[in-house]
Amino acid sequence: MEHQIIISGFGGQGVLFAGQLLAYAGLAEGKHVTWIPSYGPEMRGGTANCTVILSDEEIGSPQIRYPSAVIALNPPSLVKYAKLVKPGGCLVLDASLIDSRAGREDVREIAVRAKEIAEGLGYPQMANVVAIGALVAATGALRMETVEDVLIAKTARKRPEMREPNLAALRAGAAVATATVH
Amino acid sequence: MIGNLIPVYERPHALTETVTHYCPGCTHGLIHKLVAETLDEMGVTEQTIGVASVGCSVFSYNYFNCDFASAAHGRAPAMATGIKRVHPDRIVFTYQGDGDLAAIGTGEIIHTAARNENITVIFVNNGIYGMTGGQMAPTTLPGMKTTSSPAGRDVKLTGAPIRMSEMLATLDGPAFIARRSVHNPANVNRTRKAIRAAFEAQRQGLGFSIVEILSSCPVNWGKTPVDALKFIEDGMLPYYPLGDFKVSEAMKALLRA
Amino acid sequence: MARELWKGNEAIAEAAVRAGLEAYFGYPITPQTELLEYLAVRMPALGRAFLQAESELAAINMVYGAAVAGARTMTSSSSPGVSLMQEALSYIAATEVPMVLVDMMRGGPGLGNLAPTQADYFQLVKGGGHGDYRPIVLAPDSVQEAVDLTYVSFDLAERYRNIVIIAADGNIGQMMEPVEMPPLRERPPVGSVDRGWELTGAVGRPRRIAHSLNLSPEEMARVNASLQNKAAAIAAHEVRYSERFAEDADLLVVAFGSAARIAQTAVRQAREEGLNVGLFRPISLFPFPTDRLAHLATRAQRLLVVELNAGQMLEDVRLAAGAYAPIDFFGRMGGVLPMPDEIYDAIRSAYPHVGGNGNGKGKRSLPAGMRPLTGSWSERMSLN
Repeated sequence: MEHQIIISGFGGQGVLFAGQLLAYAGLAEGKHVTWIPSYGPEMRGGTANCTVILSDEEIGSPQIRYPSAVIALNPPSLVKYAKLVKPGGCLVLDASLIDSRAGREDVREIAVRAKEIAEGLGYPQMANVVAIGALVAATGALRMETVEDVLIAKTARKRPEMREPNLAALRAGAAVATATVH
Repeated sequence: MIGNLIPVYERPHALTETVTHYCPGCTHGLIHKLVAETLDEMGVTEQTIGVASVGCSVFSYNYFNCDFASAAHGRAPAMATGIKRVHPDRIVFTYQGDGDLAAIGTGEIIHTAARNENITVIFVNNGIYGMTGGQMAPTTLPGMKTTSSPAGRDVKLTGAPIRMSEMLATLDGPAFIARRSVHNPANVNRTRKAIRAAFEAQRQGLGFSIVEILSSCPVNWGKTPVDALKFIEDGMLPYYPLGDFKVSEAMKALLRA
Repeated sequence: MARELWKGNEAIAEAAVRAGLEAYFGYPITPQTELLEYLAVRMPALGRAFLQAESELAAINMVYGAAVAGARTMTSSSSPGVSLMQEALSYIAATEVPMVLVDMMRGGPGLGNLAPTQADYFQLVKGGGHGDYRPIVLAPDSVQEAVDLTYVSFDLAERYRNIVIIAADGNIGQMMEPVEMPPLRERPPVGSVDRGWELTGAVGRPRRIAHSLNLSPEEMARVNASLQNKAAAIAAHEVRYSERFAEDADLLVVAFGSAARIAQTAVRQAREEGLNVGLFRPISLFPFPTDRLAHLATRAQRLLVVELNAGQMLEDVRLAAGAYAPIDFFGRMGGVLPMPDEIYDAIRSAYPHVGGNGNGKGKRSLPAGMRPLTGSWSERMSLN
């Protein structure tokens, strides 16, 4: 089983960190993983994206044209990747920033108001974590407990007060995915 | 009785027995001797690693009796930096001409000085490219005829000669920057003292030291050896004044002591 | 030992540290800067030499100095910076001192871009600087392999007193993958073990000279002969490659580094669909795995070379295997990265039983970027 995940948004939305979260969790589960960012001038503002592959087998190309799952955190990302998701794949989008929808019959589309949820928790920068919660719940690519453990290790080791908001963000995203009936 | 004679002069231990390739009247050989005597006096010849440049002094590695590396053109200060960072307890010096140091290697010498790299630079300035047969250098005097400025150096076309010592002296770092000349015995002695001071600066860990030495090139200047020495005095000194351009506070203390 | 996620650039830096890197000199350039930044923290903490030079030119000459001084030394850069280093690389090769260079290749020529390419194969593998010399060139296709090759590169450099180049690109440098790090080596202090050539000060021994000037043609010829003998020894002992389904492949894909990584996905897909396709991946670009590739080419009906350039390793493949099998080429230039499906299409087109080569079923429809190379050099050049 191989999950090919692209996470895309504006610089500063935590796109790269969200991808690393998946990669670390994949490693914790003993999977083969790759994480590769877009790099260069794009990092200074503008769009940012990364590709994460989680696989039970050795991974060939770390980049793919047709992902099995996409997180789009801004409108251009939806435009770019909505048409590329593999049939049967999954598309998570932040509905608080994106008005349009992919509208594909063959893809599970999850519109989660990630930024609003994160703001509700008092941490608008956690929209990426909300989206990750939705993606993990929708795809089953990883066990949610693994993601929770990695999330806490990466965010709350030095700042224990970040533990609960992060977990809440992750679970809120997962709840939206679970409630989204295709 | 020969056995009772006291030698008043002998070849410095720090020079090999090799006959140099320098032209008659050239002062490179004299400057080599001053450096070698200094290393011997300080007892550091065996702790010293030299870096030769490209130009007339390219073969200096054959003449100094210590470990020696031969750098690419202009890069001796960078190579010396690499050596010194690996062996900070060794004495490391470069021996460079003006084409090497003031033209192709300008970047390296400035940044090595700016880092206050704890090395010593012997900079031999004769205002011309000697090895390649007398072309214009960045240090060639205005109006001076060379094979690549046959009508005389036109500063409107090529700019004015670079005074490296003055330029480097604007940097905060260096411990000791001085210009000397070897056109007569009194100045040879002053040069010897400056070279000693420069190496002492390094031995005491005070940082970057450079002695710029005005030197003659009779063959490419088209002068007799005697006239060439006179040209240093009459032609070069007015443009390249002798003196100490940078003596750090720590260096001043060292010189007093 | 547990596997950890490492970014390629930082993993290479750590592997170098663990291999005993004693002196690093570098200059910032994307996409290798993380390597410099990582060592800026790590090296001083270990009491080892780290210096950001004023240019790649200065950096490589500092490496030259550290190398003649006997240290395990390294620099890293990307294509334009490596161009600047070629002069000193030639000097270092002639002086026969060991050093390691990491090149994270980027799009060129010129200032180019930051995207991954393999367009510096000629520059790295064929010498790059003036004169007749051969660096050992190792091309990893994963972060783990980059670590392993970096770790061994210092030993190779010292064994042969030769330049070793780790040739990769931003794909390897920027990617994160699980890595098992080798142990931190305990090494004696620099200069404490005398190998007979390093400059440490002539205490209790005759002085030494490290130079590359040989005015007498006979002496220069002798140095050249020594370099060639060394290259032959390297070619005899240091060939490295990797194979997947290569032994019985009818169509053998030949690719290195990140292009091989992409090709691997396409090859696997083709295999799953019943095509008898294999992958041959040179790891050492010099020495090139000529003999092994020739052997495989006598079995395969066709070869497909895939590179992120206009066809550079292709020439070595032709030399090795051109007499035994027809060769196709698929290339992407300028940092445009082919996706696995494009290479898959190229495999379908080139495949002996599917694409119609030699079976008289008419013209193939070639994917963009692919050209058949069965003709002469001049015929090839007339193709777009």
